[in-house]
Amino acid sequence: MEEKRNKELLLEIKDLSVKTGDKQLLYGVNLNVKEGEVHVIFGPNGSGKSSLVSAIMGLPNYEVVSGDIRFKGKSILGLGLTERARMGIGLAFQHSPVVEGVSVDILLRAIAKDKKIVHEITKETDLKKHLNREVNVGFSGGERKRGELLQLLAQSPQLVMFDEPDSGVDVENMGLIIKIVRKLLQKDLPIMKRKNCGIIVTHSGTILEKIHANIGYVMIGGRIVCSGSPLDIFDQIRTNGFARCAKEARENERFQL
Amino acid sequence: MKDSNYDKKLKEEISALDRVGFDTKGETERSGSFLVIDNKEEESLSREDELIILPITLALKEYPWVKDLLFSIVNKDKDKWTKMVAEEEQIVGSFIYVKEGVKVQFPTQSCFFLHNEGFDQILHNVIVLDPGSKLDVITGCTTGNLVTRGRHISVTETFVREGASLSYTMIHDWGAKTVVYPRTAIKVEKRGSYTSNYVALTKVGEIQSNPVAYLSDEATVKFSSIIYGRPDSLIDMGSRAILKGRGSSAEIISRVVSKRSRIISRGYIEGGNEGTKGHMECNGLLLDKKSSIYAVPELEASHIDTELSHEASIGKIAGEQLNYLMSRGLDEESARSLLIRGFLEGGIKGLPRNIQDRIDAMIRKATSKESI
Ligand SMILES: Nc1ncnc2c1ncn2[C@@H]1O[C@H](COP(=O)(O)OP(=O)(O)OP(=O)(O)O)[C@@H](O)[C@H]1O
Ligand SMILES: [Mg+2]
Repeated sequence: MEEKRNKELLLEIKDLSVKTGDKQLLYGVNLNVKEGEVHVIFGPNGSGKSSLVSAIMGLPNYEVVSGDIRFKGKSILGLGLTERARMGIGLAFQHSPVVEGVSVDILLRAIAKDKKIVHEITKETDLKKHLNREVNVGFSGGERKRGELLQLLAQSPQLVMFDEPDSGVDVENMGLIIKIVRKLLQKDLPIMKRKNCGIIVTHSGTILEKIHANIGYVMIGGRIVCSGSPLDIFDQIRTNGFARCAKEARENERFQL
Repeated sequence: MKDSNYDKKLKEEISALDRVGFDTKGETERSGSFLVIDNKEEESLSREDELIILPITLALKEYPWVKDLLFSIVNKDKDKWTKMVAEEEQIVGSFIYVKEGVKVQFPTQSCFFLHNEGFDQILHNVIVLDPGSKLDVITGCTTGNLVTRGRHISVTETFVREGASLSYTMIHDWGAKTVVYPRTAIKVEKRGSYTSNYVALTKVGEIQSNPVAYLSDEATVKFSSIIYGRPDSLIDMGSRAILKGRGSSAEIISRVVSKRSRIISRGYIEGGNEGTKGHMECNGLLLDKKSSIYAVPELEASHIDTELSHEASIGKIAGEQLNYLMSRGLDEESARSLLIRGFLEGGIKGLPRNIQDRIDAMIRKATSKESI
């Protein structure tokens, strides 16, 4: 019998502020994600959602001004992209770049530890015909989103961050996307066996109907301004827009001054 | 006297020539074979009746018309190097000739091998494809393992007669301090086509090569080059196409990577008749601060009804692409290696299968993590 134990805290973000050049992108963000958990981030365009996941991934240009990001109990601020990825952090990019000259097949083989899975995961993501194409070159919007998930399947990270995996995806493909997101998050394993955790950035509710998330946040102006049950928050946004949260945010700010 | 040890070593080195596409073991299908070691024609062999492969001296005896071809499209007095070739008493070189209408299925291979340190290899080669014939040639130029210094000076004159089609692939793999001055001209007659693929991915002292093609009516030419300049190499490479015939066309594509080397990448197309078309693509990738690439794409229109264009770009590896690959767990060298490989592979595509495979393998080797 496996010993019952508490879920381990995988990602700890403490009072994180991030800037790029002279522009501050994030202000004092706090976030804790445990094994098996899924967190959702909402927020208007330009509010800092992508900046947050980019800073966690360690993309250059996202400079941490203060605070800390810890993964598996260790600060990762000093680590580069490769090291973070190898520790188990993965990101499905909102806007993935084209990589001329490099075929999907070659890239997957470079990413995957077990080369044998390449065939299977391309089938799962319905991208078999894309295997010999150059990465993202001429891909449609939806193909690009699936391509991101395909690469994550090859990488198999433990903290899986999805930056708008569902935007611009048609109804049929949405089913496929949801299936793969579920797989990456081990949603089909019993709760106690799930080791992976996820952060999903989204503007739509579809994905939430099919994937249970533990907690949702609204980000405005680089701050997390409220949190709560993801479906509740999404309902509120749908009825009142981001306005109510924004108001709370302003009041908070006034309060701080 | 040369001892048996020397012969043994030479044998070993010859059997290693497959790195430049010269198969001595009979593993790849070849229609013929020509090998020069230093200044000796070691092998000239054809497996087809209507494909003639001979040392140039024998060709001159057997086919009197060959004499008129020598220095007919490369000017004897062009420079110091052509003069050196012209002044050779005993000329050495290959003669490859395909008779009218014959389409040779498998590639012919040739190899110019510099075996002795400090040797001057001086060659004059002639290729003739009679009307309606077809041939693929793969030529490897290389040095022995221990040779660093040496010079290769050559004149190659190629005649693609009416409706004939020649694809000519040249692989350079010279020693670190070898200097190389090939002088090449190609005459492509009516509706003929000439495809040149040039590959230089290893260390060399200096290469200076500017092949020029003269095109008659409706003839086409395509020059593709991929070059990886290694530390301290100087490579001056450029293709020229003179569109003299109506409706003739040219395409020049080059992908050059510079790692602490200097590369001059030239291209010149002259549109000199109606309905002529020319396009040039010249892309360069700098790997470090000590590299330089000088791209010189030139277009000259001497007829109103010609369409000429070029694209040129030089830059470093895109940070965005590098970060993307690294965010999947690739280390920086592996990511760079993939990107450089992809960049070079984009330069040469669609060759006959066994030549393309050979080149792809060479690119993989040249861009492996250890060698970038
Ligand atoms: N490199 C940069 N230079 C300047 N401004 C930047 C840079 N990166 C992000 N920003 C700005 O920071 C703000 C937050 O951007 P971010 O991409 O994080 O927003 P987002 O919440 O993901 O928006 P969306 O919903 O549109 O994807 C935006 O105003 C954006 O223009
Ligand atoms: Mg975003």
